[in-house]
Amino acid sequence: MPDALSPIQDTHAAALDVRDLDIAYRVRGRDRQVIRGVSFRIGRGETFGLVGESGCGKSTVALAVTRYLPANGRVRAGGIHIAGEDALAMDAAALRRLRTRSISMVYQDPGRALNPSIRIGQQVAEVFEIAGVPASERMDRAEAMLARVRIVDAGRVMGRYPHQLSGGMLQRVVIAMALAVDPTLLILDEPTTALDATVEAEVLDLIETLRAEMGSSVLFIGHNLAVISRMCARVGVLYAGTLVEEGPTRELFAGPRHPYTVGLLRCLPQAGLSKHKTRLDTIPGFLPTTLAGLRGCVFAERCGLAQDICRAEEPPLIPVSAGRLSRCHFHEQAPSLPRSTPPAPLTDRVKTPAFRPVIRAAGVGKTFGSPAAPIYALRDISLEIWPGETLGLVGESGSGKTTLAKLLLGLSPPDPDGVIELNGQKLAPVATKRQPAELEALQIVFQNPDAALNRSQTIRGIISRPMRKLGGYRGSALAEKLSGLMSHIRLAERYLPMRPRQLSGGLKQRVAIARAFAGDPRIVVCDEPTSALDVSVQAAILNLLADLQAEQGVSYLFVSHDLRVVRYISDRIAVLYLGRLMEIGPAESVFLGPHHPYTESLMAASAEEAGSSLRLKGEIPSAMRPPSGCVFHTRCPRKIGAICEEQEPALIQREGDHAIRCHLERDQLGRADGARHA
Amino acid sequence: MSASVTPGTETPMPAASQQAAAARPALETPKSIQRDRIRLLLRSPLFIAGIIILLFWVIMAIFGPLIAPYNADDTDLLNTLTPPSADHWFGTDQFGRDVFSRVIVGSRDILVVAPLATLLGTVVGTILGLITGYARGITDDIVSRIVDAFLALPLLIIAMLVITALGISNTTVIVVIGLSFGLIVGRTVRAAVLGERDLDYIAAANLRGEKPLYIMFVEILPNVMPPILVETTVRLGYAIFTVASLSFLGLGIQPPSPDWGLSISQNYGLIGGGFWWTVLFYAVAIGSLVIGVNLTAEGVQSVIDA
Repeated sequence: MPDALSPIQDTHAAALDVRDLDIAYRVRGRDRQVIRGVSFRIGRGETFGLVGESGCGKSTVALAVTRYLPANGRVRAGGIHIAGEDALAMDAAALRRLRTRSISMVYQDPGRALNPSIRIGQQVAEVFEIAGVPASERMDRAEAMLARVRIVDAGRVMGRYPHQLSGGMLQRVVIAMALAVDPTLLILDEPTTALDATVEAEVLDLIETLRAEMGSSVLFIGHNLAVISRMCARVGVLYAGTLVEEGPTRELFAGPRHPYTVGLLRCLPQAGLSKHKTRLDTIPGFLPTTLAGLRGCVFAERCGLAQDICRAEEPPLIPVSAGRLSRCHFHEQAPSLPRSTPPAPLTDRVKTPAFRPVIRAAGVGKTFGSPAAPIYALRDISLEIWPGETLGLVGESGSGKTTLAKLLLGLSPPDPDGVIELNGQKLAPVATKRQPAELEALQIVFQNPDAALNRSQTIRGIISRPMRKLGGYRGSALAEKLSGLMSHIRLAERYLPMRPRQLSGGLKQRVAIARAFAGDPRIVVCDEPTSALDVSVQAAILNLLADLQAEQGVSYLFVSHDLRVVRYISDRIAVLYLGRLMEIGPAESVFLGPHHPYTESLMAASAEEAGSSLRLKGEIPSAMRPPSGCVFHTRCPRKIGAICEEQEPALIQREGDHAIRCHLERDQLGRADGARHA
Repeated sequence: MSASVTPGTETPMPAASQQAAAARPALETPKSIQRDRIRLLLRSPLFIAGIIILLFWVIMAIFGPLIAPYNADDTDLLNTLTPPSADHWFGTDQFGRDVFSRVIVGSRDILVVAPLATLLGTVVGTILGLITGYARGITDDIVSRIVDAFLALPLLIIAMLVITALGISNTTVIVVIGLSFGLIVGRTVRAAVLGERDLDYIAAANLRGEKPLYIMFVEILPNVMPPILVETTVRLGYAIFTVASLSFLGLGIQPPSPDWGLSISQNYGLIGGGFWWTVLFYAVAIGSLVIGVNLTAEGVQSVIDA
């Protein structure tokens, strides 16, 4: 009897062959084209990346391949062949066979991919049930599969429900289910976007190892260029439903030949770049709103190289070298794309005489839960932020970054013994008890502008209310202040009567920034302000924040998990782990080292190389029962011995104002560079 | 900033593409959303049927005496209990009054009392829901338990108790039904407010020192209007039924009104004698009004949820 899981298709055909795909969604009785003429091919055992910003159609391609397009979506032309079979011609039975045996998909959010009320073991076993494995074998094979995705103690995990596992663990389970049937094609749609950098690194390592073991072909969809370049042998760059460039990943990213790819790469804050040295380059303009009737190149409107021919005639995919294609008339010139922003940062920075920090926290802590079962979210944090400087705050989720931001803002009261001072004046623990001037001085930009802006109010209302309330502006003074701020934030006044849902993500975040700057803030907390945005928009927002700082001498507390962004924008950096300050110092010393083993591990995780020896194992421990001694000893790659478990090290100044909480001597601490080349 | 910076663009952009940005169509304006919703409503046959029934009764309530062929109160002792005929479409009752005219004119009281009670319930419920949902903690616990206790009793029982105690009048009926509905509407509003109050825009309002009342009524209220609107239309159906029931029990609208519930209670003894027309048409009137309201409510709900 043939094994139900053995591949049944022709083994010589490409794993996936997409030809001239044209997809439209029917919206309000009209066809809206979202994919036009996309072709690519994934060979057996190959990993192909599809990269692009939100709205470029990358997930639509994945949905079309799995035949899961929503009811109003339609493939108008083109073909999709999976292992030689025509996916578009399949009937219901063939589709079922396709989905159970040939393709598997892993989505971004593992929490939503699993049924919350079914035990893990049962869910994994279901895959085998559908594949026709006899009931007696299913649980054993499920356990073997979980062990294969490096889940320690797989037997116990099988008895758990999804909510009892962490995000990284859940994504492993989903990957186990996807690989259980040994698919011809594995589709990964942003599989690590929802995970912490340290967990992401682990999951990517795992995917790489498994792929090598099982020889599946992979379609990897993502927006994170670093992740794509680490995982994929070949990559296609998608822009506005059009494949604009394709080629071997390393070559393509090292020497892009399409202006869009060039622009995208320039938006990323490169290592060593800082706001003091150069502005980030951006991609001007917007995605085209409609592809219908577009005659020329889709990118022409935003391209600094565009000539008349670009607007009149769509370029074909032109071979630029072996295995590389670019859809650009002037692909030779692409690397010399002119910058869209002046490179030099503002030089006439406002210098505020700094004889005292703008905000100072001393011995601040936060305990949740009952006295009987306290949860120490933050313990004994002391730090200062000086006028005109940016303090970057990094750490995994659960380390207390957002809690600290909330304490400073007064959105949640700290434990009674801590002190928070603004310009030397002690602040009330909650915002409702603070003076208007204090409120005005301390503002925030949230991560998600959709939740941060009241959807029922106009942009005018959102921005002018704090001007009235905090600044006391009225009438013509208000109108003048409003238009002054709008031009500072670089938002056109035509947006004023609109509501948030009418604006793009980047514009919404600009409105949120405008609201924070409506008074005269001295310090603005930026809580992951660019995490929800595309890289090209992120670059524009970072430029704006840097410009505003230079113009107004404002200070930032910049919370982010993206170390490149933090490094670019920060003057000093604080590292939190499990509610403790592990390291604080000038950005360059923290990044160049020697640094705390935790910081070192974070940097290793964000590095592009795979399988670093400094990979953090396991999850961040529970704050209810923090480890004894140094809280990091359970995961520390440089643990000395018993002393780490018994005695909590002090936060000691090592050189200048660079302080590290570790028992290791300075010369024993690692350096990111040393670790990387060792 | 340098001159190359163009206000209003995602990032500064070359001049050639400015036009493209300006021509970028607004995704959805509030007006177009409104228009789309209305268009959707007008495409739903059930909603159309509901609104036609509702409008019919509203017109009867306002212009009833002008439309009705006879004066609803005129007795004709020579023609009592005549079955439906060309002269008296719905027949006559035991005093010879024209049932058709009474059904038409009888819509007035219930269409004043029920909507007013619903309105009161909506206002009370909105305030209650905003306060309990926003304050949470001890305020919420106390108010919510009291609400639970009240809701454990059937509405009609509470209404009968209060009306007996306070005396019968249309105002009492409005107040009793309104307050009881307020508790129910309050729960719906509270649930909606709970979904809003932890959003960051509330934190932003706190960070500029807004007072709780401002946050509740200016920041939160507009965002919880859709569920309130749905709840109101649903409640209106219940209110009509409750008012009719109370009138039937003699605790609602009082004689000499030709009110439907009241008329049923005055005539139901005659069914045994075969004089079905003295009851049936009033009952059909109540039923049609409730169905009209519910169809309308369902239409509104499906459009708001879409």
